[in-house]
Amino acid sequence: MLWPKLARALFAKPLTDQAPLVPLETIQALGERLAATSRARLGRSLAIREVDSGSCNGCELEVNALQNVVYDMERFGLRFVASPKHADVLLVTGPACLNMREAVARALASTPEPRWVVAVGDCAVDGGVFKGSYAVENGIAALLPVDLLIPGCPPSPAQLLEGLLSLLEAEAAKK
Amino acid sequence: MMEPASSLIRGGNPQGAGPCERFLLSPSAWGQLPAALQQEPDLALLGLWADAAQVHACFLHEPSNEAVLASTPAAGWNYAALSPARPGAVRFERMILELWGHHAEGAVDLRPWLDHGRWPLRHPLAAKPIPFAGEAPQPEFLPVEGEGIHQIPVGPIHAGVIEPGHFRFSVQGEVVVRLEQRLGYKHKGTLSLMLGTSPRTAVRYAARLSGDTTVAHSWAFSAAVEAALGVTPPPRALHLRALMLELERIHNHLNDWGFVCNDAAFAFPHARCGLLREGVLRAINAAFGHRLMMDRVLPGGVAPDIAPRGAEAILAALEAVEAEIPALMQIYEAHASLQDRVVTTGFLRPDLARAFAAGGHVGRASGRGFDARRLPQHLPYSILHFEVPVLEAGDVDARVRIRVSELSQSIALVRQVLDSLPSGELMAPLPVRGGEGLAMIEGFRGECLHWIKLDDSGLIRALFPRDPSWLQWPLLEAAIEDNIVADFPLCNKSFNCSYSGVDL
Repeated sequence: MLWPKLARALFAKPLTDQAPLVPLETIQALGERLAATSRARLGRSLAIREVDSGSCNGCELEVNALQNVVYDMERFGLRFVASPKHADVLLVTGPACLNMREAVARALASTPEPRWVVAVGDCAVDGGVFKGSYAVENGIAALLPVDLLIPGCPPSPAQLLEGLLSLLEAEAAKK
Repeated sequence: MMEPASSLIRGGNPQGAGPCERFLLSPSAWGQLPAALQQEPDLALLGLWADAAQVHACFLHEPSNEAVLASTPAAGWNYAALSPARPGAVRFERMILELWGHHAEGAVDLRPWLDHGRWPLRHPLAAKPIPFAGEAPQPEFLPVEGEGIHQIPVGPIHAGVIEPGHFRFSVQGEVVVRLEQRLGYKHKGTLSLMLGTSPRTAVRYAARLSGDTTVAHSWAFSAAVEAALGVTPPPRALHLRALMLELERIHNHLNDWGFVCNDAAFAFPHARCGLLREGVLRAINAAFGHRLMMDRVLPGGVAPDIAPRGAEAILAALEAVEAEIPALMQIYEAHASLQDRVVTTGFLRPDLARAFAAGGHVGRASGRGFDARRLPQHLPYSILHFEVPVLEAGDVDARVRIRVSELSQSIALVRQVLDSLPSGELMAPLPVRGGEGLAMIEGFRGECLHWIKLDDSGLIRALFPRDPSWLQWPLLEAAIEDNIVADFPLCNKSFNCSYSGVDL
């Protein structure tokens, strides 16, 4: 039965992990970047559009895990949106396949400023193992202005959360 | 019984591949193959690929579960298309034309597939690729006729956190008349990166063919290398591989069960499955040092060993999963709002599943019971006990039920493996020599088939990794027909085909 389970869940301890500590250096670096580009504040909440530029789908598994009850990214004001038009952040995985070049460029063009671009995973950082192939760009920096790198193959949800929280902190630091 | 295609193939010139022989057919003998295949429906086409000089096909003789390979010279002239006899050949023939430049004579469909006209060269795997700098062509879709038909283009970037691909729906009212997929957006040139390298180097690409199937593809690749070199991995390594393979099945089945419910806007099972899966992934991380077990299966064995308290962590996580499955299944079955969405939705006809030789839960929910773990002499599965659930209903619900049944089987398998884990070495040395091998490993989607040919210095001269999705994607087009557009996410998730695995 569903209802007794839901009722019990109301009074049970939360299943959610504690928030990860965010490295100060990352926040400072992002804060400087924010000041340098004199970007307007986005507020203490970020709408994220995930774009897969050709990953192996390992990164997608871990990005999706951010939404489970253990990481519960929404409690920090982080949420995925369906359209880049609603997004503050483009979270991009994959080595930037040439076949995705046009779609990625259109996603960027549809994302209103101010915006952040986050490269997630070793492939997005520099092409990863696919570096040097005839069919990829060796990382998404070839297509997009990248603000934050979250390396890993794939990065764990905890590492992803740490990176995204540092964006929030950098935003909050700039009054 | 007459088996014209099998005899035709076995009449070819044996090439010394292991454990299944590959027969080289003359162009005229290959030319008779399509007609012979029409007369032998039990010989399923599992894959079709090429190298610079030849085209290779892998068949499965369904009554005996024996695989056999057939090849024919293809450079310089056109090889006879198999697509008139085996619909699963269509996308392979399109890929062969683009990657190797071999033209299939009499093919059903040779429109561009992986090559969208954006690479700097054409036929990248041919002996001599041609530089290309032209304009990218507009994609062509099959025509649809009827009153009031309109099209809905979706993708390549989808609304959710999923892989990119384009779906072109032709819709009449709310009903899908035709779905056509256009994939290839994730083509990374993986094969070109693997060619000419050693198996130890190339296995990291096999591990990244499709991240959710990293264990199955790494094992299939490694097993093909081991077959080519006549190497048997130590018993402990084989047991650990099976342990990882079943854990991979468990975390993916949990994920997809939750997502199917979520696509019907029923959030509770999704939340619970997500929690249980996270528990499994953390146990895996404690046992193997990587949440998805990437780069753990290597040619010759596995590395590193399971951590000292890894088994304990895994058993505890699986106990939680096992304890909750009956309650979740009861909730899944008891809610009419959910059942209404999954029962009879996305029906896949058993004859189509057979015609395409669909593996995994897609095949097993539509009556095709093939499971590569049942292949003869497949250690350690030949000494373990498990059942392969098969249903005939063919709808979203049947595919979910197959997965839930497999969850229980896999949990039991993990316990058997841990109970009987042999001690000893983890890695067998790989000799440096030539050879050719084929292997099939049952991933959570179905059998991952890898074929590899090594030259005398032990480097990869030719290979093909065939993800099970090759034979399942086209069936999704069939299953969605006459369903409403709003049920597409459910159908899609119940198949959950890999984009990266087929885009290569």
